[in-house]
Amino acid sequence: MLKILKYSFYDLMRSRWSYVYFAFYLLLGVVLLFLNNDLSKAVITLMNVIIVLVPLIGTIFGVMYYYNSKEFTELLLAQPLKRSSIFLGQYLGVAISLSMSLILGLGIPFIFYGLFMSNAIWDFSLLLITGTFLTLIFTALAFNIALSNENRIKGFGYAILLWLFLAIIYDGIFLMSLIIFEDYPLDKLSLIGTMLNPIDLSRTLILLKLDISALLGYTGAVFKQFFGTNFGLIISFSALTLWVVLPVLRIAMKAKKKDF
Amino acid sequence: MLNIYFILKYRYYIIFFFAALFSITNLWAETITVCATCSVKTIHEAIQQASEGDTILVKKGVYKEANLKIEKGITLIGEGLPTIDGQEKGEIITIGANNVTLDGFKIINVGVSYTTDYAAVRVVRSEGFTIQNLVLEKLFFGIYLQKSNNGKVLNNTVKGEAVTEFNSGNAIHLWYCSNVEVRGNDVRNVRDGIYLEFSDQITIIDNFSKNNVRYGLHFMFSNNNSVINNRFETNGAGIALMFSKLMEVENNIITKNWGTASYGLLLKEVNDVNLKNNIFKENTVGITVEGSNRLVYANNDFISNGYALRVKGACYDNQIVKNNFLYNSFDISYNGRIHDNIFDNNFWSNYTGYDLDKDGIGDVPYRPVKLFSYIVNRTPEAIILLRSLFIDLIDFSEKVSPVFTPDDLMDENPRMKRIDHDKN
Repeated sequence: MLKILKYSFYDLMRSRWSYVYFAFYLLLGVVLLFLNNDLSKAVITLMNVIIVLVPLIGTIFGVMYYYNSKEFTELLLAQPLKRSSIFLGQYLGVAISLSMSLILGLGIPFIFYGLFMSNAIWDFSLLLITGTFLTLIFTALAFNIALSNENRIKGFGYAILLWLFLAIIYDGIFLMSLIIFEDYPLDKLSLIGTMLNPIDLSRTLILLKLDISALLGYTGAVFKQFFGTNFGLIISFSALTLWVVLPVLRIAMKAKKKDF
Repeated sequence: MLNIYFILKYRYYIIFFFAALFSITNLWAETITVCATCSVKTIHEAIQQASEGDTILVKKGVYKEANLKIEKGITLIGEGLPTIDGQEKGEIITIGANNVTLDGFKIINVGVSYTTDYAAVRVVRSEGFTIQNLVLEKLFFGIYLQKSNNGKVLNNTVKGEAVTEFNSGNAIHLWYCSNVEVRGNDVRNVRDGIYLEFSDQITIIDNFSKNNVRYGLHFMFSNNNSVINNRFETNGAGIALMFSKLMEVENNIITKNWGTASYGLLLKEVNDVNLKNNIFKENTVGITVEGSNRLVYANNDFISNGYALRVKGACYDNQIVKNNFLYNSFDISYNGRIHDNIFDNNFWSNYTGYDLDKDGIGDVPYRPVKLFSYIVNRTPEAIILLRSLFIDLIDFSEKVSPVFTPDDLMDENPRMKRIDHDKN
């Protein structure tokens, strides 16, 4: 598996898209710092970008890579290799190279700006950690979609739809249900609702760490009590991990049974 | 009969004689020294001996005394901060005469009662009092002024241990007072830092109020007061102004009032108030206002609050001009669609318009009320969706064509740059 991982990783490192992705984050970091002149404000703006863009790029890139390297995959399948290690290796190659572009692209300008001297370092690390989690989750979801659909157009369609659903539509439905059931206590419902969507989960995690929660009165206090304590932090990180593990397991299962 | 004739005939001489006598006694005002080794060992004894105009000098030491009643115009000075320990027997010092000065004591252990408001120092129906440089600890009420006018409360430090509202008192409490100057006091961990009820023409300057269970400064039915240059930190609410009018609130810094019912400034049924040059930073709600008319909010900074300004209804003819609204989660929250207030010339950090003619004023008006703030008012739990893409989308569509928010509620002249206020 490590060989395949290494191969996929180097393959992607040589590809143009990784550089574009890296350059995009580099530019974003530099521009944000240049315009804002304020590290903690830049972290908030960055959050908005990461929450939306990282899942989108993760999904599209994952699907694209799977379809593009399909012939090579079929060649590998002819070799005496375990199927799960082929697909997991490819998956990890994509996810790690994407995460690296993200971490380096954003990290470099911030380090030059004086991140280590600033107290925004924890917020920033949290941002990068959730960004990496989102990459892992959405690449895995993308591989799932690609494995289940032979038709590329269909695959891309589902991938975009998945992103659209989790980034926007889910929140719409969530909000509607909150308004419809407003007569009932909604603390737990909203916490569960957040856990079920990795984008919402990451957003809430970052927001609450940025201490906005304390500014938001009663409900903020309830959420702060949950996310602000170590217990809540552990729960939400395990939820994120679960979001990585379950799709990856499905990749392995699906790959085992799939007929090429 | 003869007597009366005599008095009438020589009344001017007699008056002159008594006046002269009085001034002589004044000139000969004595100083009584109190210490453990002096002839006078207790403050109580010294007060008994003293006559009008005398000075009592209390040397360093601990004096276990309570219920000291000062019924004549004397001056009590503590040297090296002597401690008066009330042993929780109730009230410690009660002033019931004009022109009393109390200076430099540490007063501790006031009794707590649920029926009587025991105070460390109580001033009753007196004029011209000065209470300064006191340190009050382990108290119920601190300095309690009752129907007393023309006095000063200066540079006192009050440190309570209040946890709940019902069994704690206020640090500086004014009831039916006027013309009192409250300056330079440091009040912490009590119920209300400074409390005014039915008190007019009070100046509150340079005070520091922190960690109080209820409010840093609390007005009830008090008019014509000014609040200048104070700092309020981490109180239940910074300032609560209720049922009052004609106030000046200027140059105050109100920060970190966090919690379920926490506000920087709470305005309820107040009219004709000027709020200028204040800084509201990191509060759950910067200002919450209800039923208040003809208020002027000018040159204030609202920085990183949950809500900068929360308008709850029945507020008319208010002016919100030349303020900075910086990085608040919500700038303005509004109930209902009726609107009669002026928003003009403010700087909004969330403004996204442009300035083609380069006059420093944005060419498109700014709408400070977001649709999401309406939703959160209705369903508080929806706050968990803050900064979500979906919320940004509905806010944007509401901005383009207002349906739920008042369509005339906007700043026609939003500034492009942060306003530098002249803060001396």
